[in-house]
Amino acid sequence: MSTGIGFVLLTTFLASSVEAIEMVTIVVGVGATRGWRATLLGTGSGFLVLAVIVAVFGLALSAIPIGPLRLLVGALLLVFGLQWFRKGIARVAARGLAGMRAGAAEEEKEWTGPGLDWTAFVLAFKGVVLEGLEVAFIVVTFGVGANQLGPAVVGGVGAVALVGGIGAAAHPLVSRIPRSLLQLVVGTLLTTFGTFWAVEGLGVVWPAGDAVILALLVLYSATALVYIGIERSRAFGFSPRRLA
Amino acid sequence: MKLIWSWPAAFGRFWYRFIVGDDWTVAAAVALALAMTALLNAQSVPAWWLVPVVVVVIVGVSLRRASPAQA
Repeated sequence: MSTGIGFVLLTTFLASSVEAIEMVTIVVGVGATRGWRATLLGTGSGFLVLAVIVAVFGLALSAIPIGPLRLLVGALLLVFGLQWFRKGIARVAARGLAGMRAGAAEEEKEWTGPGLDWTAFVLAFKGVVLEGLEVAFIVVTFGVGANQLGPAVVGGVGAVALVGGIGAAAHPLVSRIPRSLLQLVVGTLLTTFGTFWAVEGLGVVWPAGDAVILALLVLYSATALVYIGIERSRAFGFSPRRLA
Repeated sequence: MKLIWSWPAAFGRFWYRFIVGDDWTVAAAVALALAMTALLNAQSVPAWWLVPVVVVVIVGVSLRRASPAQA
Protein backbone atom coordinates (compact mmCIF):
# COMPACT_ATOMS: atom_id res chain seq x y z
CA MET A 1 0.00 0.00 0.00
CA SER A 2 1.53 3.37 -0.93
CA THR A 3 0.92 6.68 0.80
CA GLY A 4 -0.63 9.52 -1.22
CA ILE A 5 1.71 11.46 -3.49
CA GLY A 6 0.44 14.76 -2.05
CA PHE A 7 1.40 13.80 1.50
CA VAL A 8 4.86 12.68 0.34
CA LEU A 9 5.46 15.89 -1.63
CA LEU A 10 4.19 18.11 1.20
CA THR A 11 6.21 16.40 3.96
CA THR A 12 9.50 16.24 2.06
CA PHE A 13 8.99 19.79 0.73
CA LEU A 14 8.40 21.21 4.23
CA ALA A 15 11.19 19.15 5.84
CA SER A 16 13.65 20.25 3.17
CA SER A 17 12.55 23.89 3.58
CA VAL A 18 13.50 23.78 7.29
CA GLU A 19 17.09 22.76 6.57
CA ALA A 20 17.30 24.76 3.32
CA ILE A 21 16.74 28.00 5.27
CA GLU A 22 19.86 27.34 7.35
CA MET A 23 21.79 26.07 4.31
CA VAL A 24 20.93 29.13 2.17
CA THR A 25 21.70 31.51 5.06
CA ILE A 26 25.20 30.02 5.33
CA VAL A 27 25.85 29.90 1.56
CA VAL A 28 24.55 33.42 0.82
CA GLY A 29 26.37 34.79 3.89
CA VAL A 30 29.69 33.24 2.81
CA GLY A 31 29.18 34.20 -0.86
CA ALA A 32 28.29 37.82 -0.09
CA THR A 33 31.31 38.35 2.15
CA ARG A 34 34.07 36.14 0.66
CA GLY A 35 33.09 35.97 -3.02
CA TRP A 36 30.89 33.68 -5.09
CA ARG A 37 33.28 31.49 -7.13
CA ALA A 38 34.63 29.34 -4.31
CA THR A 39 31.29 29.45 -2.48
CA LEU A 40 29.38 28.10 -5.48
CA LEU A 41 32.06 25.43 -6.09
CA GLY A 42 31.74 24.34 -2.45
CA THR A 43 27.94 24.35 -2.74
CA GLY A 44 28.02 22.27 -5.94
CA SER A 45 30.44 19.75 -4.40
CA GLY A 46 28.20 19.49 -1.32
CA PHE A 47 25.13 18.73 -3.47
CA LEU A 48 27.12 16.12 -5.40
CA VAL A 49 27.99 14.32 -2.13
CA LEU A 50 24.32 14.52 -1.06
CA ALA A 51 23.13 13.05 -4.39
CA VAL A 52 25.49 10.07 -3.92
CA ILE A 53 24.25 9.55 -0.34
CA VAL A 54 20.58 9.62 -1.49
CA ALA A 55 21.30 7.14 -4.32
CA VAL A 56 23.30 4.67 -2.16
CA PHE A 57 21.00 4.91 0.87
CA GLY A 58 17.87 4.66 -1.34
CA LEU A 59 19.14 1.58 -3.21
CA ALA A 60 20.17 -0.12 0.06
CA LEU A 61 16.76 0.46 1.67
CA SER A 62 14.85 -0.54 -1.50
CA ALA A 63 16.43 -4.02 -1.26
CA ILE A 64 14.62 -4.74 2.06
CA PRO A 65 11.15 -6.45 1.92
CA ILE A 66 8.24 -4.05 2.61
CA GLY A 67 7.21 -5.45 6.07
CA PRO A 68 10.59 -5.15 7.85
CA LEU A 69 11.28 -1.98 5.81
CA ARG A 70 8.15 -0.27 7.20
CA LEU A 71 9.20 -1.21 10.76
CA LEU A 72 12.79 0.00 10.24
CA VAL A 73 11.87 3.21 8.40
CA GLY A 74 8.90 3.89 10.71
CA ALA A 75 10.98 3.46 13.88
CA LEU A 76 13.78 5.68 12.48
CA LEU A 77 11.33 8.38 11.34
CA LEU A 78 9.48 8.21 14.67
CA VAL A 79 12.61 8.68 16.80
CA PHE A 80 14.05 11.32 14.44
CA GLY A 81 10.67 13.06 14.02
CA LEU A 82 10.20 13.23 17.79
CA GLN A 83 13.43 15.29 18.00
CA TRP A 84 11.96 17.92 15.68
CA PHE A 85 8.55 17.63 17.36
CA ARG A 86 10.04 18.39 20.82
CA LYS A 87 12.36 21.13 19.51
CA GLY A 88 9.51 22.67 17.50
CA ILE A 89 7.23 22.78 20.56
CA ALA A 90 9.99 24.27 22.77
CA ARG A 91 11.02 26.86 20.15
CA VAL A 92 7.50 27.94 19.16
CA ALA A 93 6.66 28.24 22.88
CA ALA A 94 9.78 30.37 23.49
CA ARG A 95 9.98 32.47 20.32
CA GLY A 96 6.58 32.23 18.61
CA LEU A 97 6.80 32.67 14.83
CA ALA A 98 10.25 34.32 14.82
CA GLY A 99 12.63 33.39 11.99
CA MET A 100 16.28 32.36 12.18
CA ARG A 101 18.97 34.50 13.76
CA ALA A 102 21.76 35.70 11.41
CA GLY A 103 24.57 33.13 11.14
CA ALA A 104 28.20 33.49 12.22
CA ALA A 105 29.28 32.93 8.62
CA GLU A 106 28.43 36.54 7.83
CA GLU A 107 31.19 37.71 10.13
CA GLU A 108 33.92 36.16 7.89
CA LYS A 109 36.34 38.65 6.32
CA GLU A 110 36.23 39.34 2.54
CA TRP A 111 38.68 37.28 0.44
CA THR A 112 41.01 39.31 -1.82
CA GLY A 113 43.92 36.88 -2.33
CA PRO A 114 44.85 34.94 -5.50
CA GLY A 115 43.56 31.43 -6.35
CA LEU A 116 40.59 29.64 -4.83
CA ASP A 117 39.31 30.80 -1.45
CA TRP A 118 39.37 27.44 0.35
CA THR A 119 37.78 28.88 3.47
CA ALA A 120 34.69 29.89 1.47
CA PHE A 121 34.72 26.52 -0.32
CA VAL A 122 34.88 24.53 2.94
CA LEU A 123 32.29 26.73 4.70
CA ALA A 124 29.80 26.37 1.83
CA PHE A 125 30.56 22.63 1.39
CA LYS A 126 30.13 21.92 5.11
CA GLY A 127 26.94 24.00 5.27
CA VAL A 128 25.36 22.12 2.35
CA VAL A 129 26.45 18.61 3.46
CA LEU A 130 25.64 18.95 7.17
CA GLU A 131 22.29 20.71 6.71
CA GLY A 132 21.47 18.57 3.68
CA LEU A 133 22.12 15.29 5.46
CA GLU A 134 18.90 15.60 7.47
CA VAL A 135 17.02 16.41 4.26
CA ALA A 136 18.56 13.37 2.54
CA PHE A 137 17.65 11.17 5.51
CA ILE A 138 14.01 12.31 5.50
CA VAL A 139 13.65 12.21 1.70
CA VAL A 140 15.03 8.66 1.44
CA THR A 141 13.31 7.10 4.49
CA PHE A 142 9.99 8.82 3.78
CA GLY A 143 10.15 8.16 0.05
CA VAL A 144 11.05 4.48 0.43
CA GLY A 145 8.54 3.95 3.29
CA ALA A 146 5.74 5.49 1.20
CA ASN A 147 6.94 3.66 -1.92
CA GLN A 148 7.25 7.10 -3.57
CA LEU A 149 10.98 7.88 -3.72
CA GLY A 150 10.66 9.94 -6.95
CA PRO A 151 8.08 12.44 -5.59
CA ALA A 152 10.05 12.61 -2.30
CA VAL A 153 13.19 13.66 -4.20
CA VAL A 154 11.12 16.21 -6.19
CA GLY A 155 9.75 17.66 -2.91
CA GLY A 156 13.25 17.93 -1.42
CA VAL A 157 14.90 19.43 -4.50
CA GLY A 158 11.94 21.79 -5.05
CA ALA A 159 12.21 23.20 -1.53
CA VAL A 160 15.97 23.73 -1.76
CA ALA A 161 15.53 25.42 -5.18
CA LEU A 162 12.71 27.68 -3.90
CA VAL A 163 14.48 28.75 -0.70
CA GLY A 164 17.73 29.12 -2.67
CA GLY A 165 15.93 31.35 -5.20
CA ILE A 166 14.48 33.50 -2.41
CA GLY A 167 17.93 33.69 -0.81
CA ALA A 168 19.58 34.74 -4.06
CA ALA A 169 16.92 37.39 -4.79
CA ALA A 170 16.45 38.81 -1.29
CA HIS A 171 18.64 37.33 1.42
CA PRO A 172 16.92 38.94 4.49
CA LEU A 173 13.60 37.34 3.48
CA VAL A 174 15.01 33.84 4.21
CA SER A 175 15.77 34.67 7.83
CA ARG A 176 12.15 35.83 8.26
CA ILE A 177 10.62 32.44 7.33
CA PRO A 178 9.20 31.04 10.61
CA ARG A 179 11.61 28.07 10.79
CA SER A 180 10.54 26.91 14.27
CA LEU A 181 6.92 26.59 13.16
CA LEU A 182 8.00 24.72 10.00
CA GLN A 183 10.11 22.40 12.18
CA LEU A 184 7.09 21.71 14.40
CA VAL A 185 4.82 20.99 11.40
CA VAL A 186 7.38 18.60 9.89
CA GLY A 187 8.05 16.98 13.29
CA THR A 188 4.30 16.35 13.62
CA LEU A 189 4.11 14.83 10.11
CA LEU A 190 7.20 12.60 10.64
CA THR A 191 5.93 11.44 14.05
CA THR A 192 2.54 10.63 12.48
CA PHE A 193 3.92 8.59 9.58
CA GLY A 194 6.65 7.06 11.76
CA THR A 195 4.00 5.80 14.21
CA PHE A 196 1.79 4.49 11.41
CA TRP A 197 4.53 2.63 9.51
CA ALA A 198 6.37 1.26 12.58
CA VAL A 199 3.19 -0.22 14.09
CA GLU A 200 2.02 -1.51 10.68
CA GLY A 201 5.49 -3.03 10.17
CA LEU A 202 4.94 -5.11 13.33
CA GLY A 203 1.93 -6.70 11.64
CA VAL A 204 -0.64 -4.78 13.70
CA VAL A 205 -3.85 -3.87 11.87
CA TRP A 206 -4.87 -0.23 12.43
CA PRO A 207 -8.59 0.34 12.96
CA ALA A 208 -9.94 2.26 9.91
CA GLY A 209 -6.79 1.48 7.88
CA ASP A 210 -5.07 4.47 6.22
CA ALA A 211 -7.69 6.87 7.65
CA VAL A 212 -5.97 6.53 11.02
CA ILE A 213 -3.13 8.72 9.64
CA LEU A 214 -5.48 11.71 9.84
CA ALA A 215 -6.51 10.76 13.40
CA LEU A 216 -2.84 10.51 14.44
CA LEU A 217 -2.15 13.89 12.82
CA VAL A 218 -5.01 15.45 14.80
CA LEU A 219 -3.85 13.77 18.04
CA TYR A 220 -0.23 14.93 17.69
CA SER A 221 -1.26 18.45 16.57
CA ALA A 222 -3.51 18.77 19.64
CA THR A 223 -0.66 17.42 21.80
CA ALA A 224 1.69 20.07 20.39
CA LEU A 225 -0.82 22.87 21.09
CA VAL A 226 -1.35 21.68 24.67
CA TYR A 227 2.40 21.38 25.37
CA ILE A 228 3.09 24.81 23.79
CA GLY A 229 0.52 26.26 26.22
CA ILE A 230 2.11 24.44 29.17
CA GLU A 231 5.65 25.49 28.14
CA ARG A 232 4.60 29.11 27.74
CA SER A 233 2.86 29.22 31.09
CA ARG A 234 5.91 27.57 32.69
CA ALA A 235 8.36 29.99 31.07
CA PHE A 236 6.42 33.24 31.28
CA GLY A 237 4.10 32.50 34.19
CA PHE A 238 0.93 33.03 32.14
CA SER A 239 -2.29 31.89 33.73
CA PRO A 240 -5.90 32.44 32.70
CA ARG A 241 -6.59 34.23 36.01
CA ARG A 242 -3.67 36.64 35.51
CA LEU A 243 -4.77 37.44 31.94
CA ALA A 244 -8.39 38.07 32.96
CA MET B 1 44.57 -0.43 17.43
CA LYS B 2 43.14 2.76 18.90
CA LEU B 3 43.37 4.44 15.47
CA ILE B 4 41.47 1.56 13.82
CA TRP B 5 38.53 1.98 16.21
CA SER B 6 38.47 5.78 16.27
CA TRP B 7 36.81 6.18 12.85
CA PRO B 8 33.96 3.65 13.39
CA ALA B 9 33.42 5.09 16.88
CA ALA B 10 33.14 8.62 15.49
CA PHE B 11 30.81 7.34 12.73
CA GLY B 12 28.62 5.61 15.34
CA ARG B 13 28.58 8.72 17.54
CA PHE B 14 27.55 10.84 14.56
CA TRP B 15 24.54 8.60 13.73
CA TYR B 16 23.58 8.32 17.41
CA ARG B 17 23.49 12.14 17.79
CA PHE B 18 21.80 12.49 14.40
CA ILE B 19 18.92 10.08 15.02
CA VAL B 20 18.60 9.80 18.81
CA GLY B 21 19.65 13.36 19.66
CA ASP B 22 19.96 14.91 23.10
CA ASP B 23 17.41 12.79 24.98
CA TRP B 24 18.01 9.04 24.72
CA THR B 25 15.00 8.26 26.94
CA VAL B 26 12.64 9.22 24.09
CA ALA B 27 14.24 6.67 21.75
CA ALA B 28 14.27 4.07 24.57
CA ALA B 29 10.57 4.66 25.27
CA VAL B 30 9.72 4.27 21.57
CA ALA B 31 11.76 1.03 21.35
CA LEU B 32 10.06 -0.33 24.48
CA ALA B 33 6.61 0.66 23.18
CA LEU B 34 7.27 -1.10 19.86
CA ALA B 35 8.52 -4.22 21.65
CA MET B 36 5.42 -4.26 23.90
CA THR B 37 3.19 -3.75 20.84
CA ALA B 38 4.82 -6.73 19.13
CA LEU B 39 4.39 -8.88 22.25
CA LEU B 40 0.73 -7.95 22.74
CA ASN B 41 0.03 -8.43 19.02
CA ALA B 42 1.56 -11.92 19.20
CA GLN B 43 -0.94 -12.73 21.99
CA SER B 44 -3.78 -11.38 19.73
CA VAL B 45 -4.37 -8.43 22.10
CA PRO B 46 -5.22 -5.16 20.26
CA ALA B 47 -2.15 -2.93 20.77
CA TRP B 48 -2.37 -0.24 18.06
CA TRP B 49 -3.03 2.44 20.73
CA LEU B 50 0.17 1.83 22.73
CA VAL B 51 2.74 3.73 20.62
CA PRO B 52 0.61 6.93 20.22
CA VAL B 53 -0.04 6.98 24.00
CA VAL B 54 3.68 6.52 24.78
CA VAL B 55 4.59 9.27 22.26
CA VAL B 56 2.22 11.79 23.88
CA VAL B 57 3.46 10.96 27.41
CA ILE B 58 7.21 10.81 26.67
CA VAL B 59 7.18 14.15 24.79
CA GLY B 60 5.63 15.80 27.85
CA VAL B 61 8.17 14.18 30.19
CA SER B 62 11.09 15.16 27.94
CA LEU B 63 9.88 18.77 27.60
CA ARG B 64 9.40 19.06 31.35
CA ARG B 65 12.92 17.75 31.98
CA ALA B 66 14.42 20.19 29.46
CA SER B 67 12.43 23.18 30.70
CA PRO B 68 14.65 26.00 32.12
CA ALA B 69 12.22 26.38 35.02
CA GLN B 70 13.21 22.89 36.18
CA ALA B 71 16.93 23.72 36.29
